[in-house]
Amino acid sequence: MLIESGSPGAHARIGITLTINGEKREIEVAPWTTLLDLLRERLDLTGTKKGCDHGQCGACTVLVNGTRINSCLALAVMKDGAEITTVEGLAALAHREGTNTLHPIQEAFIEHDAFQCGYCTPGQLCSSVGLMNEGHAKSRDEIREAMSGNLCRCGAYTNIVDAIEEVMQQGAVR
Amino acid sequence: MATQFSTGAGEDRFVGRAVSRVDGPAKVTGLAKYAGEFSAENLAHGYVVSSSIARGRITSIDTAAAEAVPGVLKVITHKNRPSVAGQSKAYQDMVAPPGSPFRALYDETIVFSGQPVALVVAEDFDTARHAASLVTVAYEAEPPRTDIDALSGDAYKPPMEREGIKPPPEPRGDAEAAFGKAPIRVEGQYRLADEHHNPMEPHASTVVVEDDGTYTVYDKIQGVANTQLYLTNVFGLKPEQVRCLNPYLGGGFGSGLRPQYQLFLAMLAAQDLKRSVRVTLTRDQMWSFTFRSQAVQTISLGADENGGLQAIRHDAVQGTSTYEDYQEVVVNWSGVLYKCDNVKLSYKLVKLDTPTPGDMRAPGAVSGVFAIETAMDEMACATGLDPIELRLKNYTEADQTEGKPFGSKALKSCFSEGAERFGWSKRSPEPRSMRDGKELVGWGMASGIWESMMMKSSAQATLTADGRLEIGNSTGDIGTGTYTILTQIAADTLGLPIEHITTKLGDTELAQAPVAGGSWTAASSGTAVMKACRTIAEQVFKLARGLPDSPLANVDFERAVFTNGRIEVAGDPSRSVGIVDVLKTTGTDKLEATETASPDKDFKKQFEAYTHSAIFAEVKVDEELGRIRVTRIVSAIAAGKILNTKTARSQILGGVVMGIGSALHEESMLDHRLGRFMNHNLGEYHVPAHADIYDIDVIFVDEEDMANPLGVKGLGEIGIVGTAAAIGNAVYHATGKRIRNLPITVDKILG
Repeated sequence: MLIESGSPGAHARIGITLTINGEKREIEVAPWTTLLDLLRERLDLTGTKKGCDHGQCGACTVLVNGTRINSCLALAVMKDGAEITTVEGLAALAHREGTNTLHPIQEAFIEHDAFQCGYCTPGQLCSSVGLMNEGHAKSRDEIREAMSGNLCRCGAYTNIVDAIEEVMQQGAVR
Repeated sequence: MATQFSTGAGEDRFVGRAVSRVDGPAKVTGLAKYAGEFSAENLAHGYVVSSSIARGRITSIDTAAAEAVPGVLKVITHKNRPSVAGQSKAYQDMVAPPGSPFRALYDETIVFSGQPVALVVAEDFDTARHAASLVTVAYEAEPPRTDIDALSGDAYKPPMEREGIKPPPEPRGDAEAAFGKAPIRVEGQYRLADEHHNPMEPHASTVVVEDDGTYTVYDKIQGVANTQLYLTNVFGLKPEQVRCLNPYLGGGFGSGLRPQYQLFLAMLAAQDLKRSVRVTLTRDQMWSFTFRSQAVQTISLGADENGGLQAIRHDAVQGTSTYEDYQEVVVNWSGVLYKCDNVKLSYKLVKLDTPTPGDMRAPGAVSGVFAIETAMDEMACATGLDPIELRLKNYTEADQTEGKPFGSKALKSCFSEGAERFGWSKRSPEPRSMRDGKELVGWGMASGIWESMMMKSSAQATLTADGRLEIGNSTGDIGTGTYTILTQIAADTLGLPIEHITTKLGDTELAQAPVAGGSWTAASSGTAVMKACRTIAEQVFKLARGLPDSPLANVDFERAVFTNGRIEVAGDPSRSVGIVDVLKTTGTDKLEATETASPDKDFKKQFEAYTHSAIFAEVKVDEELGRIRVTRIVSAIAAGKILNTKTARSQILGGVVMGIGSALHEESMLDHRLGRFMNHNLGEYHVPAHADIYDIDVIFVDEEDMANPLGVKGLGEIGIVGTAAAIGNAVYHATGKRIRNLPITVDKILG
């Protein structure tokens, strides 16, 4: 049986260091705890959502060293030493001296009404930033394809693509 | 002429505009908290063990191994469950259908697959989940009965009507005889698969035990009043002992109308252990309650040579559970949409070993209108008429079922404006006659219809000396934009800037309002907020008029204009006074009002109220692969006044996307040997993803309606209704294949 000890206990915990939204944190974590559960259950960073726990919906998308991943499919211990950005840290990512603004993608989501219930939104936002970091998607079709790991049951898809396209164009101008 | 809500209050500065969601910043920063995200000191975590059989009884449950895991607090089963209400009536919530509601852990009986059989409560989530895997349950299984086709001989007319759901009307004319005589006839069987709501947020409840022994309950629900009613009845509590909240709901679509079993289990454990407990369901457990139950429908249409409808028959048989008679309006739409003197409709149920189905976005209309609007397309082909022309030929300005005119019906504008935007006139009517490279192109259209409703609803408003206003009631914003439209209404009614208004929803300590459903919230809560703010306006006005040398002296309230934080005399803006100045001068700390809005009985006596739509779809079909792409949708909507063009458009976009899901993707598949939905995950139950959604164009046509003072009709459901029919009709136009059994999957195109 996989979990011989039967339950998470202090003895089973492993020390890791994560930089989460710019803050370095030393954390003791059970080897089976996912990054998602660590964020939500232990660190009270509930902005990252659990939609399926199977890597099928994308609600748990976070940035690990700038790359988007499903945090439900990553064990926290695997990310020792990594820089994690969650939705709570997106604004700081774009923060410039003397400003107190949201990340451009957050602004664009509000402007284009790219969400309704808001539950998939943190994942859509982090995935959008990850997509832009990758730099592969240029056209609307490519954005749609590369965002397809993030489900939105409210059906805000066209508005999400509008928002991403706008921010990508702004970036190109800059 | 529709009464403008702002009559006497000034101008529409925010209502009718594209105002961004006021809850937007909370939602894009991760600060918006959902039911399973509220924490409490010493919070325990519950994990549900689900039954593996669909019908039978539990013969034994072994919980010893689970209880032995360090950190496990208790394993609750039907054997050690604390005492709760014994009468099944106590479990009937505000929107329960007739029957005996499901009672979790009540006894050893199993009535559906995935039924909760134990709750493992532990110090943390990991431990609860692990221990749950150690609970061993033995069953005595009986063969499940889940096949609606095999059981259709047992179909029955529900003996008790579900409140608010009209049964089919008495037949008018003689549909059989007229059909027999009609020169042109269309007949078919239509069905739509079982569908699950699958909101992105799994159902969750957090029950917090307060120091004084009362409870604060965060529940995934579309109206916290229903949670409170359920908990007080089932657990013998007084309303003041249970405060229920749900400020944000991560998608409902109807799945959050009724309290679900995770609420019952969380409360049961919290009372038992005397500590706070959270229970969150897993994604696969989202297949263990409420769903859109498939309706097997037959339609017969008879017409004369000119396409005038002579006969309509529409019969439906729908699945329900063994313990409740869930009902929805499936067939009535056929008698309302078209002018026809011979109409016969029927609706029956079949008892299946599934959970009770429930309302899912436009319940009944999604299935029923798919059927009638597909049949109408077949009739268009049979008569050689353009599908719009056929619909115009049979257009009706009155609901023949009730013998009353429609309060408003701008469906003709939907046809004309939608057709123009879509380019319908360029359609070549012959199937398989349009191509784009290797793909066949199809253009199809359909009508949509949904009831326009209003429910009795209260709202409160408090204006404070700093000129800030707080409004609210207990209904929920289920992603529809309720926070935003209520803020807009309040802002315009009192002439205040939006930033000075705070809207609170989803809390039983606020004024009573119904659950958010049926597309009735804008009309119901909107009118209540407007009334409460008008009362505040009157109070400030009286104070202002009483001031020494008041600029409003001898002015009637009806002549007062509320704008830019001031009260002006209509037509003489030089006579005005600031609201904050009035409060300050009169030493007023705050003004408060609670008002209740109810449906207009006189209107209901005279008129029938519906929203309408015309949906135009373009599909491209790769016949070699059987792949269908919905490349374009134009949805033209007649829904009265539009309060917020931005959030309104999103409501329709969302409905259309879910309609695309119905048409092409969504299908919960029952294995009748196990009585179990087999594809219970988002990998195998496909909901539309980014790559499935191309261009969607939304048009709101002008329509004035008098059913409520705001002139609104509601938008939550109308966007989905008819969308699947328009797509199916487009697929026929592209391929020549008439597929009456949704979803239209690859195998049906290739087959």
